[in-house]
Amino acid sequence: MSANLSAILYLVSGILFILALRGLSSPETSRQGNLFGIVGMIIAISVTFLSVGNFSSGFIYVLIFLAIGGSIGAFIAYKIPMTAMPELVAGFHSLVGLAAVLVAISAFINPEAFNLGSPGNIKLASLIEMAIGAAVGAITFSGSIIAFLKLQGIMSGAPITFKGQHLLNALLLISILILTYYLCSTQLSNLFWILVAISFLIGFLIIIPIGGADMPVVISMLNSYSGWAAAGIGFTLENTALIITGALVGSSGAILSYIMCKGMNRSFFNVILGGWGGSEQSTNNQSKEQRPVKSGNADDAAFLMKNASSVIIVPGYGMAVAQAQHALREMVDTLKKNGIKVSYAIHPVAGRMPGHMNVLLAEANVPYDEVFELEEINNDFANADVAFVIGANDVTNPVAKTDPQSPIYGMPVLDVEKCKSVLFVKRSLSPGYAGIDNDLFYKENTLMLFADAKKMTEDITKNL
Amino acid sequence: MEIDPFIFRLSIFILSIFIGYYVVWSVTPSLHTPLMSVTNAISSVIIVGAIIASLSGNDDAIFTSSSIYGFLAIILAAVNIFGGFLVTQRMLAMYKKKKKDK
Repeated sequence: MSANLSAILYLVSGILFILALRGLSSPETSRQGNLFGIVGMIIAISVTFLSVGNFSSGFIYVLIFLAIGGSIGAFIAYKIPMTAMPELVAGFHSLVGLAAVLVAISAFINPEAFNLGSPGNIKLASLIEMAIGAAVGAITFSGSIIAFLKLQGIMSGAPITFKGQHLLNALLLISILILTYYLCSTQLSNLFWILVAISFLIGFLIIIPIGGADMPVVISMLNSYSGWAAAGIGFTLENTALIITGALVGSSGAILSYIMCKGMNRSFFNVILGGWGGSEQSTNNQSKEQRPVKSGNADDAAFLMKNASSVIIVPGYGMAVAQAQHALREMVDTLKKNGIKVSYAIHPVAGRMPGHMNVLLAEANVPYDEVFELEEINNDFANADVAFVIGANDVTNPVAKTDPQSPIYGMPVLDVEKCKSVLFVKRSLSPGYAGIDNDLFYKENTLMLFADAKKMTEDITKNL
Repeated sequence: MEIDPFIFRLSIFILSIFIGYYVVWSVTPSLHTPLMSVTNAISSVIIVGAIIASLSGNDDAIFTSSSIYGFLAIILAAVNIFGGFLVTQRMLAMYKKKKKDK
């Protein structure tokens, strides 16, 4: 296959990937979009086979390994529970990162196969691109592994901080630049290996200080990195499909991180430098006095809801932990049978990844046109009778609007307290991730329901 | 003077960032999780590099030091491609509209 033809076909697959993302602008077109993505991938792979044109027995092995990887991937995709989606995505990012590193290593060892010169005499531009691809890939890999372990609960979600952490990271980053410079001037393979090793270390170090609830930002950020790594390799291979895709994924992840940061009213650097929650906790404990809290049981909650005409549900990470989404849907079905209007309010950072709550509700067969984003629904709380907060905490805290001293001051929150009554399902009065007390607990119109989210929801349904 | 082909690739890269910027802002927030899984799947197009690397040997020496890295990368990328697209499909199939008649 001629080089020009394959370049055009790579362009076609790049365009199909753009259409795949475009499809996600609405759920109706999204499935078609996914199909475009699959077709784009098939084109890219087939063109590569045809343009390499080497159908030696190596080709058989390529197919075998493709099938092995493919069946593992398909198996995971069908088995994974929807609540584990953040871990899955983090795990997948690590694979992209590692694949980028491996391709870069292979190109470094055997540049002839990629038309990049000969070992020890690789084209300068290619060498820089290779180094960037390998470094970003390695950071993506080890960073995603840490994110995966934190999300999976194997590693504590608490931020790990130590003295001189930022200085160390900065020094390592500078050393990467210096290494890249020397690598280009000397072409020594040892420098390349050190570069890869340091990059693995950086990925590890930048993610450990970031706490569990900041994971939406981290996952989006790593998503972005995996894109830049792919783009770096794309430049090395002079492949348009890879360059386009890398740029798309890179900007997509960057936008998602921006949206997540805005949802918490924090700057990107504030999140990345990490350590939220740990230090704040101590300053808040002293001012805590015993304030009266009204608590109720499933019967009370059912009574309140039965007499309401509209109910807004506010789900959060706790709902995912308790796997309460199906029980919640059943409760809502019962409410609807009684002629009560129900809608769902989702905060941008609810859950552990962007859109986490929406997927869980969709899994429980909640129609997506009953689910609303913060801006769409925030004015409706004033007219609603009952807000049912299940597994969310900080995102409902009115302190963010009233107390400039609070660490979450300025964060957009759901105006839950404006409802006639608030039902707050929670296991205890303990503060949320931000380590601050939620004023909502002590409001006149709040009824605390101390129980496991799933069990409480089921009990309410029984009492309706 | 002739323009270095690198500049053309750089142009494609920069323009694609802008396309990505506008396309991703139009993605509805409720589909942000599928967006992540699908971007994950498409970034595995890095498999083209893996394939080139793994086919760098010949019949006598299929597994050279460089092609082994290629084969490993193929497995990883293939997990991602199949896993990413299929899990996206599974998620998107769950997004349903309200049934009009009850």
